[in-house]
Amino acid sequence: MSDAANEKATPATGRARLKRDAEKAAAKAAGDSAAVPPGPDGATANAGGDRAAADTRTGGAAAWSDAGGTGPEARAGGASAAPRLAVRRTYKLYVNGAFPRSESGRSYPVTSPDGDHLANASLASRKDARDAVTAARKAFSGWSGRTAYNRGQILYRAAEMMEGRRSQFADEVAAADGVRRTRAEALVSAAIDRWVYYAGWTDKIVQAVGGANPVSGPYFNLSTPEPSGVVAVLAPQDAPLLGLVSVIAPVIATGNTAVVIASERAPLPAITLGEVLATSDLPGGVVNILTGRTAEISPHLAAHADVDGLDLTGAGDLATDLESAAAQTLTRVRRPAPGEDWTADPGTGRMTPFLETKTVWHTIGV
Amino acid sequence: MADDDATTAGNRPALGTALEYAPAPESRSVVAIRDSYDLFIDGVFTPAKSGERITTVNPADEQPLAEVAAAGEEDVDLAVVAARRAFDEVWGPMPGAERGKYLFRISRILAERAREFAVLESLDNGKPIKETRDVDIPLVAAHFFYYAGWADKLAHAGYGPDPRPLGVAAQVIPWNFPLLMLAWKIAPALATGNTVVLKPAETTPLTALLFAEVCQEADLPAGVVNILTGAGATGRTLVAHPGADKVAFTGSTAVGREIARVAAGTAKRVTLELGGKGANIVYDDAALDQAVEGIVSGIFFNQGHVCCAGSRLLVQESVADEVLERLKTRVSRLRLGDPLDKNTDIGAINSAAQLDRIRDLAGTGQAEGAESWSPACDLPERGYWFPPTVFTGVSQSHRIAREEIFGPVLSVLTFRTPEEAVTKANNTPYGLSAGVWTEKGSRMLWTANRLRAGIVWSNTFNKFDPASPFGGYKESGYGREGGRHGLEGYLV
Repeated sequence: MSDAANEKATPATGRARLKRDAEKAAAKAAGDSAAVPPGPDGATANAGGDRAAADTRTGGAAAWSDAGGTGPEARAGGASAAPRLAVRRTYKLYVNGAFPRSESGRSYPVTSPDGDHLANASLASRKDARDAVTAARKAFSGWSGRTAYNRGQILYRAAEMMEGRRSQFADEVAAADGVRRTRAEALVSAAIDRWVYYAGWTDKIVQAVGGANPVSGPYFNLSTPEPSGVVAVLAPQDAPLLGLVSVIAPVIATGNTAVVIASERAPLPAITLGEVLATSDLPGGVVNILTGRTAEISPHLAAHADVDGLDLTGAGDLATDLESAAAQTLTRVRRPAPGEDWTADPGTGRMTPFLETKTVWHTIGV
Repeated sequence: MADDDATTAGNRPALGTALEYAPAPESRSVVAIRDSYDLFIDGVFTPAKSGERITTVNPADEQPLAEVAAAGEEDVDLAVVAARRAFDEVWGPMPGAERGKYLFRISRILAERAREFAVLESLDNGKPIKETRDVDIPLVAAHFFYYAGWADKLAHAGYGPDPRPLGVAAQVIPWNFPLLMLAWKIAPALATGNTVVLKPAETTPLTALLFAEVCQEADLPAGVVNILTGAGATGRTLVAHPGADKVAFTGSTAVGREIARVAAGTAKRVTLELGGKGANIVYDDAALDQAVEGIVSGIFFNQGHVCCAGSRLLVQESVADEVLERLKTRVSRLRLGDPLDKNTDIGAINSAAQLDRIRDLAGTGQAEGAESWSPACDLPERGYWFPPTVFTGVSQSHRIAREEIFGPVLSVLTFRTPEEAVTKANNTPYGLSAGVWTEKGSRMLWTANRLRAGIVWSNTFNKFDPASPFGGYKESGYGREGGRHGLEGYLV
């Protein structure tokens, strides 16, 4: 995992970035973390990196605090009494199956609703958006060519991977939305279940919306839905995990590939979702996640000639301009519907806007 | 042409030879064209407040057929208001079964008056009577009959348990299949409970106005169907009208973009059926005589004024010479001339403007190095005519391989492998139609799966049916017309 690999090379700086409750607890257990010098590099850093990678699968932040004075890091550091300094994550983009920083080198601070600094997220540029479209286009024929059953298995796998990271997601959602932990857990559960919902659709949508047509003549005539291609998705601003999964899953379930602009205010769960997708057998490039300013990136996606669909869910005041820009290449547009209830039965309404109907006629005769 | 078969074609004299078929014109007496037509608003023919008028001519002889009104902003307002009132008070609340009965009634009247419509369509459009009589008008009646049956069954269409109409539909249609495009627009709109304001094309308004008479004859409630004749300005006003809940447009991709832009930020639902540059792929194992018939009907049907025309022939290199030889032989036997003659295969180009465009693009074909071939062919002295033309030596970068010509001009390209055929076929911003000719089923399905086009005809071409969804991928537009899918654009 390139994220973990990069983490190894990143020295712990002590810069206050991640203020999750669990980490605060860890810091408390460790005394004044800023006073603890970084342990000797090499063994310590490596151990920390490996541990972080393991944590992403098993427990998230809560597990980090357990590492306090007993983990291998402490022993490797040679100071058996010294509390361990937690290893923080760098939140990067998810493009073409990898986790690059913005090519622009920019980042922006992400805060909780209370104004606490949570992390620095990458501030994606126009070039990042174009790279993401290129990756999505490259991935399209392979992904749309997978069997529907296989796509369903991979979406289900995403649910499995999310389940393993429940605690981490709940922490991030609680921090991002300023909601109680129980509420955050309910939102994470709903997001996991949404993957399961769409995993089940992949091999049924064709039968639900396609079919044979009784034409007047000696012809076999069949209409089948096919994915539109590359879909740019503006994720909802106010539902950073459930809303995000609710807009990505339907787009890729049918074989489209996606370039997603995460919630500008609360992008951190999106990057964690990228880490889930990267370990769900989803081919690189099928989902690309950009963080940054929606107003900066989205016009380039809307006007991009290689973007076939545009989901304006999180567009806000930009919607009219973006729809207008999309008209230039007849991009399929799904207009925003403010006040969407993300817990409601999704139905097929987020799949059908990015499906084309292909009708094949074939002569019948001997 | 689609109905011709190669064996009888072989006995026919070539175009332009001394041996001529005796004329077999259909009688014009079946249709009475008035000198002047008003707008059809709220159930009655109403003089245009704009005071403007346009003349529609017979493209086969350039003689004026009639004057029609050109609706202005005030007229569009009146029509939209009438449609809104009809929607609110009559058509919307009416039980689906009753709506359906009106549509069945319209279908029956259209069938009864089919010859009248066929002759009028040929006069106004320039297309051969053989096509209007055997293709256009029967499909129109069938389309109304098909959607009539949906009116009381919408809960079973897959769009929810209680789908509702949108309201007033603004519909703008082209000149290539005037009455058929009207049917594609009006039948599903009315079946779903919407009311319509429809603008026929500037050059082909007459069958739409005759259809208005059919609405009267059917006692369709006033305001359910409104017909506004006019040019581009009328259409622009209509689609931008704030009272329109739905815009349905068939026409050029350029205008489609403009409509999509105008609708941005509004609540208007939009369906667009736009241009195409269809590929017709002929594999080396195809039944070549059948393929040649399909190539001919693919590009020369309706003078090539077909958005889904097979205007790019992709023929496998190993059979290219043979296909071209047979194709030229076949094209040489097409008869071009009087659209009302029952033996005519190729009629007149619809307008002087379209003829200019075809000439211009065909000119670039030669300028860019492609080789042009047309049969020996005497064109009538009056009227707008263009001979069937086949370009060989065409490369993918040539304008004639990229741009929609909308005329009887075929560009021939070759390929070696199926992968190359598919790549070339998909190498266009359009995605409306494609054809595949092969005797091998697995190869057909392999190819059809990979073609990015809304309609794929396999071992046939240019077939249409009310039950079969029609519409494109990519820049050929969005939404489907026909079949169950055709209901979606009119329901919420």
